[in-house]
Amino acid sequence: MRKLLVAAILAFPSLVMAAGSNYPLDKAEYDLTDRASLQNGAKVFMNYCLGCHQMQYQRYQRTFSDLGISDELGQQYLQFTGEKVTDYITTPMPTEGAKAWFGAPPPDLTLVARVRGADWLYTYLRTFYVDEAKTFAVNNKVFPDVGMPHVLEELQGTPRETYEEVMVDGEMVQRYVGIKTDGNGRLSAEEYDQAILDLVNFLAYTGEPSRLQSEGIGRGVLVFIVVFFVFALLLKKDYWRDVH
Amino acid sequence: MSGFLNWIEERIPMMRVANMHAIQYPAPRNMNFWYVFGFLATIVLVNQIVTGIWLTMNFEPSAERAFASVEYIMREVDYGWLIRYMHSTGASAFFIVVYMHMFRGMIYGSYQKPRELLWVFGMLIYLALMAEAFMGYVLPWGQMSYWGAQVIVSLFGAIPVIGPELVEWIQGDYVISGATLNRFFALHVIALPLVIVILVFLHIIALHEVGSNNPDGISIKHTKGSLSEEDKTKYEIHEYYTGKYDIADDVVPFFPHIVLKDLVAFSIFLFGFCYVMFFMPEMGGYFLEKPNFEIANPLKTPEHIFPVWYFTPFYAILKAVPDKLFGVLTMFAAIAFLFALPWLDRGRVRSWRYRSGLHKANLLVFAAVFVFLGYLGGTPQENWKIVASQIATVMYFGFFGLLWLYSKNEATKPVPTRIPR
Repeated sequence: MRKLLVAAILAFPSLVMAAGSNYPLDKAEYDLTDRASLQNGAKVFMNYCLGCHQMQYQRYQRTFSDLGISDELGQQYLQFTGEKVTDYITTPMPTEGAKAWFGAPPPDLTLVARVRGADWLYTYLRTFYVDEAKTFAVNNKVFPDVGMPHVLEELQGTPRETYEEVMVDGEMVQRYVGIKTDGNGRLSAEEYDQAILDLVNFLAYTGEPSRLQSEGIGRGVLVFIVVFFVFALLLKKDYWRDVH
Repeated sequence: MSGFLNWIEERIPMMRVANMHAIQYPAPRNMNFWYVFGFLATIVLVNQIVTGIWLTMNFEPSAERAFASVEYIMREVDYGWLIRYMHSTGASAFFIVVYMHMFRGMIYGSYQKPRELLWVFGMLIYLALMAEAFMGYVLPWGQMSYWGAQVIVSLFGAIPVIGPELVEWIQGDYVISGATLNRFFALHVIALPLVIVILVFLHIIALHEVGSNNPDGISIKHTKGSLSEEDKTKYEIHEYYTGKYDIADDVVPFFPHIVLKDLVAFSIFLFGFCYVMFFMPEMGGYFLEKPNFEIANPLKTPEHIFPVWYFTPFYAILKAVPDKLFGVLTMFAAIAFLFALPWLDRGRVRSWRYRSGLHKANLLVFAAVFVFLGYLGGTPQENWKIVASQIATVMYFGFFGLLWLYSKNEATKPVPTRIPR
């Protein structure tokens, strides 16, 4: 009976949700306690993403204080649109224009890490490749036919699909091995991966700003419950001693 | 002080009711861990009501503001994230403890005579709880809120003749819209909680009238005058019970014995609850589904639409039937058969400890089928799953059919008159 229960409970978490393309996702080893990484991620976001995407549920000031940045420094280096530090992080791009230019307004990114998952974002931002047939001359491995230009090209360089020749059943065929850039970006491949990881870290933070606080409180609460359990058990045993 | 308490007691029977229904209530001493889930369900109900009140203080029930106001609670209300996670984790926890509570009733025959109405009140609570949970899930106005509501409400459209008008009447609009959200909010925060609290009250009153069952299914109440003094309980039991029956030496008072036992169970439950709430509130997409972090968009259908995990067994039954109307009827029949359990089981022996191997197997298969249906209803459709869900649906109803057939002349073991030591 107990075994059946355990089996039933264990069966649940293994039912993983499927999502979109089958391209294998790289694991994003992000770290919400790494402030330097979060700050760099915020910098990449404000410089490259905020032109089109917004974070309409998150305020500048909350972000700065959670990331350990003073209001003055934040306004100077991370706020470009003349908004107040207490304002929400909104894009200057008009919605009507966005619809006309991209077909649909670019999605809000406050919660994107909770919708897509960090691994998806980390892989998505590193798998753009040149595809002249597309509107913006780029396509994406994780999100085929995506309506977004490769805005990080100046960092990454021009990414191209690379293939190798392999022998399959006696015939030479082209096999996809990955994406390589022309080396014309400002960052090396490793630096680019790190910058994307920082950005993903920042997006994971904005998706759930309470996470760090929550885990801190949670540990204390669990310790308290264990102590409480011990006393409750002893008390129960004492009262039940002469029952059985 | 005691003068003041007497003054109150003469005007409202506070201590009398407390003694009768809590402190000096006779509980079988062999109640095992399966017997803690009623208590836990009550705790979760209180949690849902209290956190719900606080959420209501900042939630804005309109299509324009609902999603943003939830994020406002998550980010800008002091400990708003905690209140919200207590509520969202509590919703799933509610169903976990209720399913355990129901299965307990099934294996120990707690629905059998004289506890039929007790079971029916429990089923009514379960039904109200499903409506409550469904409407609550619509409120954050995420993609799954919207499309889940779309799927569930459209089921009423399958009803012949009045279907389409009925759907409009429920939605308050031609489509799921802010009007729907608004009325679901009203039902979720006032109407259904009130119904649930009243039903829980009736459930407990009915329980205390017939008395708690136990893992041996043996009554602790004996005809007045049938027990010798030394066979009677030594504990102080309220005269409401001792006046009508001889209470056997098989009981403990609810307080402190059962309360302390429940307290131990409560701390174990709370550990699991808090672990999920503080460290993985989404529970891998089961308690909070990923698409629900995206605002409702009537023009964009999510890739897969699933109800939350606690509805998926019934969703699988619905999808197993090709015809929509017949599917809806089958789904409602799945719940109706549970209601009828006290009359479908024609046996006289309650606990599976004294019933046939066939009965035990039937119960275990039923539990496995229910979990399997949940899996089928909560994962993307594949070809093999259509046939699998049809077989599982037949097996679900097969449980009740078999039970009805074999329970009339079942080979049961002799049941002792007193709870074995």
